[in-house]
Amino acid sequence: MTAAILTAWTAPTTVEARCGHCGRETSTGQAFCCAGCASAKQLIAELGLDAYYDRRRAMGASGQPASDVDPIPATTFVRTEKDGCHLDLMVDGLECGACAWLIEAALARDPALDHARVNLSQRRLALSWHGPAEIGDRLAAIVRRLGYAVAPFDPERLSTAIDAEERDLLRSMGVAGFAAANVMLLSVSVWSGAVGEMGPVTRDLLHWVSALIALPAIVYAVRPFARSAFTALAAGRTNMDVPITIGVTLASAMSLFDTWRSDEHAYFDSAITLLFFLLIGRYLDRHARGRARSAVAHVAALAAHSATVVDAEGHVRIVRPSEVAAGATVLVAAGERIPVDGRIVDGATDLDTALVTGESLPRPAGLGDTVHAGMVNLTRAIRLVAERTGEATLLAEIGRLLAAAESGRSRFIALADRVARRYAPVVHLAALATFIGWMVLGQAGWHPALSAAVTVLIITCPCALALAVPTVQVVASGRLFRQGILLKSPTALERLAEGRIVVFDKTGTLTVGRPELVNEVPAEDLAIAAGLAQASRHPLSRALVRALPSIPAALGVVEHPGEGLSLGDIRLGNARFASADRRAEDWTGPELWLSRPGRAPIQFRFEDRVRADAAETIRHLTELRYRVVLLSGDRSEAVGRLAATLRIPEWHAELSPAAKQAMVERLATEGPVVMVGDGINDAPALAKAHASIAPATAADVSRAAADAVFQGDRLAAVAEILRVARSADRLVRQNLGLALGYNLFAVPLAVLGFVTPLIAAIAMSSSSLLVVGNALRLGRK
Amino acid sequence: MSGLLYLIPVALSLGLLGLVAFLWALRSGQFDDLDGAASRILFDDQKPLSSKEIDR
Repeated sequence: MTAAILTAWTAPTTVEARCGHCGRETSTGQAFCCAGCASAKQLIAELGLDAYYDRRRAMGASGQPASDVDPIPATTFVRTEKDGCHLDLMVDGLECGACAWLIEAALARDPALDHARVNLSQRRLALSWHGPAEIGDRLAAIVRRLGYAVAPFDPERLSTAIDAEERDLLRSMGVAGFAAANVMLLSVSVWSGAVGEMGPVTRDLLHWVSALIALPAIVYAVRPFARSAFTALAAGRTNMDVPITIGVTLASAMSLFDTWRSDEHAYFDSAITLLFFLLIGRYLDRHARGRARSAVAHVAALAAHSATVVDAEGHVRIVRPSEVAAGATVLVAAGERIPVDGRIVDGATDLDTALVTGESLPRPAGLGDTVHAGMVNLTRAIRLVAERTGEATLLAEIGRLLAAAESGRSRFIALADRVARRYAPVVHLAALATFIGWMVLGQAGWHPALSAAVTVLIITCPCALALAVPTVQVVASGRLFRQGILLKSPTALERLAEGRIVVFDKTGTLTVGRPELVNEVPAEDLAIAAGLAQASRHPLSRALVRALPSIPAALGVVEHPGEGLSLGDIRLGNARFASADRRAEDWTGPELWLSRPGRAPIQFRFEDRVRADAAETIRHLTELRYRVVLLSGDRSEAVGRLAATLRIPEWHAELSPAAKQAMVERLATEGPVVMVGDGINDAPALAKAHASIAPATAADVSRAAADAVFQGDRLAAVAEILRVARSADRLVRQNLGLALGYNLFAVPLAVLGFVTPLIAAIAMSSSSLLVVGNALRLGRK
Repeated sequence: MSGLLYLIPVALSLGLLGLVAFLWALRSGQFDDLDGAASRILFDDQKPLSSKEIDR
């Protein structure tokens, strides 16, 4: 079958130079852009599911295959129950309904499968089947072959408490919406009857029916607010939920009393409509946060990896990295990420340390060398003894730096909360003053006084205020989400909007984090070199293969760690290994030499390619009057060269993680800092900065420390995040202004007792609609 | 006005029906994947027709 793939993939077509699977342009006119696409197309054809391509075209999606790092065995995640085995997978690369259809249809051909269901919103796949647990790996492999990256996960561990809370809010919202609509229906009859011929008996009947619908619904729907109000009061604080709870409870109780006295007005409609609007705001808020959180969990699960532990008898066991005990022997195959801190006890290899130190070039490592979790083993399988697990690892140390830095950030209080802190006491005082004023000046008894005080509470209830911030956040995060940008923290937008200084890391942030071939070499030499390079996971070898992907792997290639590759007399590697004369060279970047018997050695030059739109983004940010700074752990000359290309005037090189953090701290005295970085060495700086952004390819800790995570190769996402954050901030302030302006207008009316239920309903709905409408402007580009 | 005596219960029970339907849909997980539901409706299943359907 491999042979079939190779032929399909190397057969050149002159008709069209687009990949037969993903539709991307292929560089040399091949039928497919990569082996993954060729394999996916073949599987789809075998299963007779070619209709997928029509469907995908109809959905306007491209179907580029997702890259899979090292597949995690699914078997340990399989849950065996009475009705068969269950497995949940995170799927990356899902773009549209056509993908969901393709995966479900392809899996349905497997005879063991009972049920497969793709959840497109959460990008998850739920599988169930009869038979041994090992079938899970077979099913996961089918999805993987279709060009999607999959990672098993445990649904129990993915915070179901948040889902439950969101569901409870949605249920409360449904109940409140039902009650609000029906009570309003009755209220409209009362209001229109009041100017017509409706008698007091009918009015009382309608009020009683309203009470019957509204009271149970209010009791049910006020719970989320009451809970939060009691928590706040118990802690000796007050928040927005306190006046909401008091207002709604008082209004309902008073309306019940008035209905019993067959009074003219009842405020059931105001109370329940208020709850309905507030629940919409609360639900939108939770939903957006939940979506961001699940997206982050998604990225984390896909980047997770396993550790292969070898016990004393030589048995191999695959566990999660956190389960590896100190002193255990761990096997790391070529291409795998090192799961723990340890010392090499067998083998020699090259390590890609980019995520840990920020260095762009791999470094050789041999017997006795110390390695850290997060490095990638490139050339050969090694064995290590896990040292320093748990609290002593480099990761844990960085975690402590993170925690210290983040505690400073948690002191930041969202604008809405700052407003609410001042607003809530003012509302209480206004209501109390109204009550006392009516008692003293009005001499009309306690009932009209209480009635006026309650209308003040209802009118000032922060309906528009409660919608002002969440609607903007939902619209903003939705707009960013569609572009592959995930907001993680609820206050991220506000903090990002305040940023004045943008600090970039180099490797993996401004650059794509992998070297690319940059010089012209004879086609024949390139073909030979790429053939050799097919056998290696070294980043420079991968770069050669990317330059000429259609070359089949040469057989019998021997890899010499830290030196290069050889095939008979042909050698590909560093200058010494290929016996090349480097003296006349001025190239200081990464390089490979190819030597063949009887010919002069050929040099291949590589460079960690700058992201395609990096220069443009930097220029754009400078135009927006951001101060752009480059901080890197890499060598001075490499950083300086990049800074010159991108025209970044301010740069610092060879910084340790702590030095980076200190530098960010120093910059913070001159203005709020937005840090953009990806490596483990950036994590403390990311946490220390006022706000932070990381690419989705970043190390786990860095993603965890960042406020926003962007997917894809385009750096323009950074400018887009800052732009959206600024617009969102402007809209939030406008909305708060609108909501407060409405109160300035309505409160005097309420204090004077002019607000009937009709006026309250009109005022509340119109202010809420105004605020929501204003927020929606952000959704348009 | 006596029409109210049965119109109100009728209106309320219809509304209640809607509420029950909503709560049922929520409980049975129909709000879990809104994006999927939106595009899934465009694709018919590619299940082979059963012999009964072919005979018809």
